[in-house]
Amino acid sequence: MSYISVKHLNKEFKVAQRGSGLKNAFKSLIKRKYKIIKAVDDISFDIEKGEIVGYIGPNGAGKSTTIKMLCGILKSDSGAMKVAGFDPFKDRVKYVKNIGVVFGQKSQLWWDIPVIDSFELLKSIYKISDEEYNKTKDELVKLLELENLLSTPVRQLSLGQRMRAEIAASLLHNPKILFLDEPTIGLDAVSKLEVRRFIKEINRKRQVTVILTSHDMTDIEALTNRVIVIGHGKKLYDGTLTGIKKKFSSGRRLEIIYRDLVNEPVIKGTKIIEKGNNKVVLDVNIDEISISSVIKKYTDVCDIEDVNIINEDIDNIIVKLYKGYDL
Amino acid sequence: MRGYLKYFKTELMVGLQYKAAAIAGICTQLFWGFLFCLLYEAFYSYANVDAITYREVITYVWLMQAFFSLIYIKIEDAEIIGKIKSGTVAYELCRPYNIYFWWFVRLLSRKYAHTLLKSFPVFVFAFMLPSAYRLSFPISFEALILFIITIILGSFIVVGISMLIHIISFFTLESKGIASIIASIGGVLSGMAVPVPLLPLVLINITKYLPFRLIGDTSFRIYSGNIGIIEAKQTIILQLIWVVILIGFGLLLLNKALKKVCLQGG
Repeated sequence: MSYISVKHLNKEFKVAQRGSGLKNAFKSLIKRKYKIIKAVDDISFDIEKGEIVGYIGPNGAGKSTTIKMLCGILKSDSGAMKVAGFDPFKDRVKYVKNIGVVFGQKSQLWWDIPVIDSFELLKSIYKISDEEYNKTKDELVKLLELENLLSTPVRQLSLGQRMRAEIAASLLHNPKILFLDEPTIGLDAVSKLEVRRFIKEINRKRQVTVILTSHDMTDIEALTNRVIVIGHGKKLYDGTLTGIKKKFSSGRRLEIIYRDLVNEPVIKGTKIIEKGNNKVVLDVNIDEISISSVIKKYTDVCDIEDVNIINEDIDNIIVKLYKGYDL
Repeated sequence: MRGYLKYFKTELMVGLQYKAAAIAGICTQLFWGFLFCLLYEAFYSYANVDAITYREVITYVWLMQAFFSLIYIKIEDAEIIGKIKSGTVAYELCRPYNIYFWWFVRLLSRKYAHTLLKSFPVFVFAFMLPSAYRLSFPISFEALILFIITIILGSFIVVGISMLIHIISFFTLESKGIASIIASIGGVLSGMAVPVPLLPLVLINITKYLPFRLIGDTSFRIYSGNIGIIEAKQTIILQLIWVVILIGFGLLLLNKALKKVCLQGG
């Protein structure tokens, strides 16, 4: 059996509906109308120990709902879930010792007290021994460069600093699984790279299984190759990121810088996007012609100085994918 | 257990930071204390009351002012309500502790922090007043010990009630209404308006079946000797029963709330 196994998971929400205006406000006092929303609709997947999995989908797709069920916060309506041998909701108190959680939009640190006091408190909560605590803390502080932040109250940290502290806090008790719900939301480029580097490092060093949601596809691309895509509560895709790229982007963009070209060759399956001083940019439809044959056609007629293959932006691919599934 | 204790200490330290609020609180408490003293002085010079003597009432007034933060029922912690509203409660659920007792400890530590800040200056002031308005010493050493035990158990009862108010916001997302209803009823029945023995007979009878009078009223009267040692000991048993009932009910309600909890966004 897999480390994390989810089978036919369902979750519905009842959302109160009310028309606008005073009249409807009074009406809803007496009788409320509800709309049933299927937040998670028959989702199944397996994740092995030590994997990093990107869990992606547009806003309101049911990502966070799934994560919350995996964390034991929400009770599923039906379906089976086993994580590291536990039923997350039923065995919540025992189970949560094995997981670390970062919700990018919320804070788990205590607002009014210095970071180090939050850590000490977590140490008591998770009953971590002094020796283990000191070891893990020193390691995390070094990795995340927290030395100078430890005695600062959380409310005075910048978002990037806070996020680093949040991640450290979620790892103090050496969890086997780490749930990251939009860990880079609102971070600047440098902090983002830092956070990514760190997640990779932790995954490699400690074999922590990481489940990550993010709207930033570069996050996903940098961290993992396995993605699960969901939309309207349904699982749409489970496989490699390369697979998505292949499926939804048939084009490659090629930039060729050359010398001594007399006649521009006409190649079927390509489209010239830009032509300039000893330089041409073309879109290549790789279903019709391979990149190497395009390059060969050019080498036949001129000297090539440089070739760049530009992959389609992952964000565009995801937009195509969402459109493809009518999201 | 160690976690809860550590949390109590941490929260206590956080609570003790709010010095300006404490100074404002002390002034309010002294003002009301003095006002009540004058009021009862006038009252007792015209009325004959057997249930509680003037001296006992004055002691009652000052003890209530000193322990006001401990016994007053209100929304203690906007942060818990905020957590429920914003969904940050999700984090709390990812921790290996019982969320009920965790919040219980939090509310309790808040109450103790406020009380620690305020009670000492009020005591000093009340002991130095002219004899007519002065706070008396406890009637006996045994009464003092019983007073301390009952005031602590009383604080558990307040927090038990307060927890119910907080948990209700899982269902309604807004518990100010319920809180103010409970606070005003509870206030009257726990002797915050006038000591329970001075209430109309009907209300006195009602208080017997409710936990409110066990919060401050009985403790203050044990201190002054208005309630004897034997009855004081019975009070402790009664308090323990109410603590168990309130915590049990709170746990039940919170479990029910968590089953239907729905956390959105993020």
